[in-house]
Amino acid sequence: MKARFSTVLFAVYIAFVFASLVFGFQPGKDIGSNFLTFTLSMLKILPGAFILIGLFQVWVSRERVEKHLGEESSILSFLWVLLLAGTTVGGLYVAFPVAYALYEKGARIQVVLAYIGFAAVSRIPMMIFEASFMGIRFTVVRLAVSIPLVVVSAVVLGRYLKASNWKMTSPQ
Amino acid sequence: MIFYGVVLVLLLLSFFSDRKKTFKALKIAWNRFSGILPAFVLMLVLVSISLYLLPHELVMKYLGEENISRGMGIAMLAGSFALMPGFIVFPLCGILREQGVPYMVLSAFTTTLMMVGVLTLPVEKQYFGIKTALVRNGTGLIIAVIVAVVTGLVFSEVVL
Repeated sequence: MKARFSTVLFAVYIAFVFASLVFGFQPGKDIGSNFLTFTLSMLKILPGAFILIGLFQVWVSRERVEKHLGEESSILSFLWVLLLAGTTVGGLYVAFPVAYALYEKGARIQVVLAYIGFAAVSRIPMMIFEASFMGIRFTVVRLAVSIPLVVVSAVVLGRYLKASNWKMTSPQ
Repeated sequence: MIFYGVVLVLLLLSFFSDRKKTFKALKIAWNRFSGILPAFVLMLVLVSISLYLLPHELVMKYLGEENISRGMGIAMLAGSFALMPGFIVFPLCGILREQGVPYMVLSAFTTTLMMVGVLTLPVEKQYFGIKTALVRNGTGLIIAVIVAVVTGLVFSEVVL
Protein backbone atom coordinates (compact mmCIF):
# COMPACT_ATOMS: atom_id res chain seq x y z
CA MET A 1 0.00 0.00 0.00
CA LYS A 2 2.74 2.36 1.04
CA ALA A 3 4.88 1.35 -1.92
CA ARG A 4 1.95 1.96 -4.25
CA PHE A 5 1.38 5.42 -2.86
CA SER A 6 4.97 6.46 -3.55
CA THR A 7 4.77 4.90 -7.03
CA VAL A 8 1.70 7.03 -7.79
CA LEU A 9 3.44 10.09 -6.38
CA PHE A 10 6.49 9.48 -8.53
CA ALA A 11 4.33 8.92 -11.61
CA VAL A 12 2.65 12.28 -10.99
CA TYR A 13 6.05 13.91 -10.59
CA ILE A 14 7.35 12.40 -13.84
CA ALA A 15 4.17 13.44 -15.65
CA PHE A 16 4.59 16.97 -14.33
CA VAL A 17 8.20 17.21 -15.49
CA PHE A 18 7.32 15.70 -18.85
CA ALA A 19 4.38 18.07 -19.34
CA SER A 20 6.65 20.98 -18.40
CA LEU A 21 9.06 19.93 -21.12
CA VAL A 22 6.27 19.71 -23.69
CA PHE A 23 4.61 22.99 -22.75
CA GLY A 24 7.82 24.84 -21.90
CA PHE A 25 6.98 25.45 -18.22
CA GLN A 26 10.32 26.69 -16.88
CA PRO A 27 10.01 25.76 -13.16
CA GLY A 28 9.10 22.20 -14.12
CA LYS A 29 12.01 22.04 -16.54
CA ASP A 30 14.40 23.28 -13.83
CA ILE A 31 13.09 20.72 -11.35
CA GLY A 32 13.55 17.98 -13.90
CA SER A 33 17.10 19.01 -14.64
CA ASN A 34 17.88 19.19 -10.89
CA PHE A 35 16.54 15.67 -10.58
CA LEU A 36 18.77 14.43 -13.38
CA THR A 37 21.88 16.16 -12.03
CA PHE A 38 21.45 14.71 -8.54
CA THR A 39 20.49 11.28 -9.83
CA LEU A 40 23.61 11.14 -11.96
CA SER A 41 25.92 12.27 -9.18
CA MET A 42 24.42 9.66 -6.87
CA LEU A 43 24.59 6.92 -9.48
CA LYS A 44 28.31 7.59 -9.70
CA ILE A 45 28.71 6.49 -6.09
CA LEU A 46 25.90 4.16 -5.07
CA PRO A 47 26.66 1.05 -7.19
CA GLY A 48 30.27 0.98 -5.96
CA ALA A 49 29.20 1.54 -2.36
CA PHE A 50 26.66 -1.30 -2.49
CA ILE A 51 29.17 -3.66 -4.13
CA LEU A 52 31.57 -2.97 -1.25
CA ILE A 53 28.75 -3.64 1.21
CA GLY A 54 28.08 -6.97 -0.56
CA LEU A 55 31.76 -7.94 -0.43
CA PHE A 56 31.92 -6.97 3.23
CA GLN A 57 28.89 -9.12 3.87
CA VAL A 58 30.40 -12.30 2.37
CA TRP A 59 34.06 -11.89 3.33
CA VAL A 60 34.11 -10.39 6.80
CA SER A 61 33.05 -12.77 9.53
CA ARG A 62 30.57 -11.87 12.19
CA GLU A 63 33.07 -12.91 14.88
CA ARG A 64 35.58 -10.40 13.62
CA VAL A 65 33.09 -7.52 13.56
CA GLU A 66 31.78 -8.48 17.00
CA LYS A 67 35.26 -8.67 18.43
CA HIS A 68 36.25 -5.19 17.26
CA LEU A 69 32.93 -3.33 17.17
CA GLY A 70 30.53 -5.46 19.22
CA GLU A 71 29.20 -5.36 22.77
CA GLU A 72 32.50 -6.45 24.31
CA SER A 73 34.69 -4.19 22.17
CA SER A 74 36.85 -1.49 23.72
CA ILE A 75 37.00 2.25 23.22
CA LEU A 76 39.18 1.49 20.18
CA SER A 77 36.01 0.55 18.33
CA PHE A 78 35.29 4.27 17.96
CA LEU A 79 38.70 4.78 16.39
CA TRP A 80 38.02 2.01 13.84
CA VAL A 81 34.74 3.56 12.74
CA LEU A 82 36.35 7.00 12.65
CA LEU A 83 38.88 5.62 10.15
CA LEU A 84 36.14 3.90 8.17
CA ALA A 85 34.11 7.12 8.13
CA GLY A 86 37.12 9.10 6.94
CA THR A 87 37.18 7.05 3.78
CA THR A 88 33.40 6.98 3.25
CA VAL A 89 32.44 8.48 -0.09
CA GLY A 90 29.35 10.53 -0.89
CA GLY A 91 27.40 11.65 2.14
CA LEU A 92 24.96 10.50 4.76
CA TYR A 93 22.92 8.63 2.17
CA VAL A 94 25.87 6.25 1.68
CA ALA A 95 26.63 6.07 5.41
CA PHE A 96 23.17 4.69 6.30
CA PRO A 97 23.41 1.43 4.31
CA VAL A 98 27.03 0.98 5.47
CA ALA A 99 25.91 1.51 9.07
CA TYR A 100 23.23 -1.12 8.61
CA ALA A 101 25.80 -3.60 7.26
CA LEU A 102 27.95 -3.04 10.38
CA TYR A 103 24.94 -3.37 12.66
CA GLU A 104 23.82 -6.58 11.04
CA LYS A 105 27.27 -8.11 11.55
CA GLY A 106 27.12 -7.42 15.26
CA ALA A 107 28.49 -3.89 15.79
CA ARG A 108 26.92 -2.29 18.86
CA ILE A 109 24.44 0.54 18.47
CA GLN A 110 26.77 3.14 20.02
CA VAL A 111 29.46 2.35 17.46
CA VAL A 112 26.97 2.39 14.57
CA LEU A 113 25.67 5.81 15.62
CA ALA A 114 29.20 7.12 16.06
CA TYR A 115 30.01 5.91 12.54
CA ILE A 116 27.09 7.91 11.13
CA GLY A 117 28.20 11.02 13.00
CA PHE A 118 31.82 10.62 11.92
CA ALA A 119 30.80 9.97 8.33
CA ALA A 120 28.97 13.29 8.47
CA VAL A 121 31.76 15.41 9.93
CA SER A 122 35.08 13.78 9.09
CA ARG A 123 35.20 12.52 5.52
CA ILE A 124 38.74 13.13 4.36
CA PRO A 125 38.07 14.32 0.77
CA MET A 126 35.53 16.83 2.09
CA MET A 127 37.91 18.09 4.76
CA ILE A 128 40.62 18.73 2.20
CA PHE A 129 38.23 21.06 0.39
CA GLU A 130 37.19 22.65 3.63
CA ALA A 131 40.71 23.32 4.89
CA SER A 132 41.85 24.75 1.59
CA PHE A 133 38.98 27.23 1.33
CA MET A 134 38.33 28.01 5.00
CA GLY A 135 41.78 27.58 6.51
CA ILE A 136 43.14 24.71 8.55
CA ARG A 137 42.22 26.41 11.83
CA PHE A 138 38.52 26.37 10.96
CA THR A 139 38.64 22.66 10.15
CA VAL A 140 40.63 21.74 13.26
CA VAL A 141 38.25 23.61 15.56
CA ARG A 142 35.24 22.01 13.93
CA LEU A 143 36.72 18.51 14.26
CA ALA A 144 38.04 18.99 17.79
CA VAL A 145 34.58 20.01 18.98
CA SER A 146 32.36 17.75 16.92
CA ILE A 147 34.21 14.42 17.27
CA PRO A 148 33.94 14.20 21.09
CA LEU A 149 30.32 15.39 20.88
CA VAL A 150 29.53 12.70 18.31
CA VAL A 151 30.98 10.04 20.63
CA VAL A 152 29.10 11.33 23.68
CA SER A 153 25.78 11.61 21.86
CA ALA A 154 26.24 8.18 20.26
CA VAL A 155 26.92 6.58 23.64
CA VAL A 156 23.97 8.29 25.33
CA LEU A 157 21.49 7.67 22.52
CA GLY A 158 22.83 4.15 21.99
CA ARG A 159 22.34 3.21 25.64
CA TYR A 160 18.84 4.60 25.61
CA LEU A 161 17.95 2.71 22.42
CA LYS A 162 19.39 -0.51 23.77
CA ALA A 163 17.43 -0.16 26.98
CA SER A 164 14.24 0.31 24.99
CA ASN A 165 15.03 -2.77 22.89
CA TRP A 166 15.29 -0.83 19.65
CA LYS A 167 16.35 -2.58 16.43
CA MET A 168 17.72 -1.20 13.21
CA THR A 169 15.73 -2.34 10.17
CA SER A 170 16.51 -3.17 6.59
CA PRO A 171 14.32 -1.84 3.79
CA GLN A 172 13.24 -4.66 1.53
CA MET B 1 38.06 7.82 -10.15
CA ILE B 2 40.10 6.18 -7.36
CA PHE B 3 36.98 4.86 -5.66
CA TYR B 4 35.97 2.65 -8.57
CA GLY B 5 39.57 1.50 -8.96
CA VAL B 6 39.42 0.20 -5.39
CA VAL B 7 36.02 -1.40 -5.97
CA LEU B 8 37.26 -3.11 -9.12
CA VAL B 9 40.46 -4.44 -7.51
CA LEU B 10 38.53 -5.84 -4.53
CA LEU B 11 35.90 -7.33 -6.80
CA LEU B 12 38.55 -9.06 -8.94
CA LEU B 13 40.42 -10.31 -5.86
CA SER B 14 37.16 -11.70 -4.55
CA PHE B 15 36.29 -13.26 -7.89
CA PHE B 16 39.58 -15.12 -8.20
CA SER B 17 39.47 -16.36 -4.61
CA ASP B 18 35.87 -17.56 -4.66
CA ARG B 19 33.47 -17.11 -7.55
CA LYS B 20 30.43 -18.32 -5.68
CA LYS B 21 30.99 -15.90 -2.82
CA THR B 22 31.50 -13.06 -5.27
CA PHE B 23 28.22 -13.72 -7.03
CA LYS B 24 26.55 -13.88 -3.66
CA ALA B 25 28.09 -10.52 -2.78
CA LEU B 26 26.75 -8.99 -6.00
CA LYS B 27 23.35 -10.43 -5.27
CA ILE B 28 23.38 -8.92 -1.80
CA ALA B 29 24.50 -5.61 -3.30
CA TRP B 30 21.61 -5.63 -5.76
CA ASN B 31 19.01 -6.68 -3.19
CA ARG B 32 20.01 -3.96 -0.77
CA PHE B 33 20.22 -1.34 -3.48
CA SER B 34 16.81 -2.17 -4.90
CA GLY B 35 15.38 -2.33 -1.37
CA ILE B 36 16.33 1.25 -0.59
CA LEU B 37 15.76 2.56 -4.13
CA PRO B 38 12.20 3.87 -3.58
CA ALA B 39 13.41 5.94 -0.62
CA PHE B 40 16.27 7.28 -2.72
CA VAL B 41 13.90 8.25 -5.49
CA LEU B 42 11.68 10.09 -3.01
CA MET B 43 14.74 11.87 -1.66
CA LEU B 44 15.79 12.90 -5.18
CA VAL B 45 12.32 14.26 -5.89
CA LEU B 46 12.45 16.34 -2.69
CA VAL B 47 15.96 17.56 -3.50
CA SER B 48 15.02 18.57 -7.03
CA ILE B 49 12.03 20.61 -5.85
CA SER B 50 13.79 22.23 -2.89
CA LEU B 51 16.75 23.20 -5.06
CA TYR B 52 14.33 24.96 -7.40
CA LEU B 53 12.63 26.81 -4.54
CA LEU B 54 15.92 27.66 -2.86
CA PRO B 55 18.86 27.79 -5.27
CA HIS B 56 22.41 27.74 -3.88
CA GLU B 57 23.00 31.39 -4.75
CA LEU B 58 19.95 32.46 -2.77
CA VAL B 59 21.00 30.47 0.30
CA MET B 60 24.41 32.06 0.11
CA LYS B 61 22.87 35.53 -0.16
CA TYR B 62 20.82 34.98 2.99
CA LEU B 63 23.88 33.82 4.92
CA GLY B 64 25.32 37.29 4.47
CA GLU B 65 22.76 38.59 6.98
CA GLU B 66 24.17 41.41 9.15
CA ASN B 67 22.71 40.34 12.49
CA ILE B 68 24.87 37.45 13.71
CA SER B 69 22.22 35.49 15.63
CA ARG B 70 19.77 35.85 12.78
CA GLY B 71 22.55 34.78 10.43
CA MET B 72 23.11 31.70 12.62
CA GLY B 73 19.43 30.83 12.56
CA ILE B 74 19.24 31.14 8.78
CA ALA B 75 22.47 29.18 8.43
CA MET B 76 21.16 26.28 10.49
CA LEU B 77 17.81 26.21 8.77
CA ALA B 78 19.41 26.30 5.34
CA GLY B 79 22.02 23.72 6.34
CA SER B 80 19.35 21.33 7.58
CA PHE B 81 17.34 21.47 4.37
CA ALA B 82 20.04 21.76 1.74
CA LEU B 83 21.99 18.91 0.19
CA MET B 84 25.21 20.17 -1.34
CA PRO B 85 28.44 18.34 -2.09
CA GLY B 86 31.62 19.60 -0.42
CA PHE B 87 33.19 20.78 -3.66
CA ILE B 88 30.33 23.25 -4.09
CA VAL B 89 29.86 24.30 -0.47
CA PHE B 90 33.39 25.17 0.56
CA PRO B 91 34.37 27.35 -2.41
CA LEU B 92 31.11 29.30 -1.89
CA CYS B 93 31.80 29.59 1.84
CA GLY B 94 35.31 30.80 1.04
CA ILE B 95 33.81 33.60 -1.06
CA LEU B 96 31.37 34.52 1.71
CA ARG B 97 34.24 34.57 4.18
CA GLU B 98 36.05 37.11 2.01
CA GLN B 99 32.87 39.19 1.94
CA GLY B 100 32.98 39.30 5.72
CA VAL B 101 30.49 36.63 6.75
CA PRO B 102 31.62 35.43 10.22
CA TYR B 103 33.28 32.03 10.60
CA MET B 104 30.65 31.26 13.21
CA VAL B 105 27.79 31.54 10.72
CA LEU B 106 29.65 29.50 8.11
CA SER B 107 30.46 26.85 10.70
CA ALA B 108 26.79 26.62 11.74
CA PHE B 109 25.87 26.26 8.08
CA THR B 110 28.44 23.61 7.14
CA THR B 111 27.98 21.56 10.32
CA THR B 112 24.19 21.35 9.96
CA LEU B 113 24.70 20.62 6.28
CA MET B 114 26.85 17.66 7.29
CA MET B 115 24.93 16.37 10.28
CA VAL B 116 21.29 17.25 9.75
CA GLY B 117 19.42 16.01 6.72
CA VAL B 118 15.75 16.80 6.35
CA LEU B 119 15.84 15.73 2.71
CA THR B 120 17.63 12.46 3.51
CA LEU B 121 14.96 11.56 6.11
CA PRO B 122 13.12 9.27 3.67
CA VAL B 123 16.29 7.16 3.43
CA GLU B 124 17.27 7.45 7.08
CA LYS B 125 13.88 6.45 8.45
CA GLN B 126 14.00 3.19 6.48
CA TYR B 127 16.95 2.10 8.58
CA PHE B 128 16.37 3.86 11.89
CA GLY B 129 12.64 4.44 12.09
CA ILE B 130 11.29 7.97 12.09
CA LYS B 131 11.60 8.58 15.84
CA THR B 132 15.27 7.68 16.13
CA ALA B 133 16.01 9.52 12.88
CA LEU B 134 14.44 12.69 14.30
CA VAL B 135 16.36 12.36 17.57
CA ARG B 136 19.61 11.85 15.68
CA ASN B 137 18.98 14.95 13.55
CA GLY B 138 17.99 16.97 16.61
CA THR B 139 21.26 15.96 18.25
CA GLY B 140 23.07 17.12 15.12
CA LEU B 141 21.46 20.56 15.47
CA ILE B 142 22.63 20.86 19.07
CA ILE B 143 26.15 19.78 18.12
CA ALA B 144 26.17 22.35 15.32
CA VAL B 145 25.27 25.16 17.74
CA ILE B 146 28.11 24.16 20.07
CA VAL B 147 30.60 23.86 17.21
CA ALA B 148 29.56 27.27 15.87
CA VAL B 149 29.82 29.00 19.25
CA VAL B 150 33.28 27.53 19.89
CA THR B 151 34.32 28.61 16.38
CA GLY B 152 33.04 32.10 17.14
CA LEU B 153 35.09 32.18 20.36
CA VAL B 154 38.25 30.87 18.71
CA PHE B 155 38.03 33.48 15.96
CA SER B 156 37.07 36.17 18.52
CA GLU B 157 33.77 36.89 16.79
CA VAL B 158 31.90 36.52 20.06
CA VAL B 159 33.16 36.98 23.60
CA LEU B 160 31.88 35.36 26.77
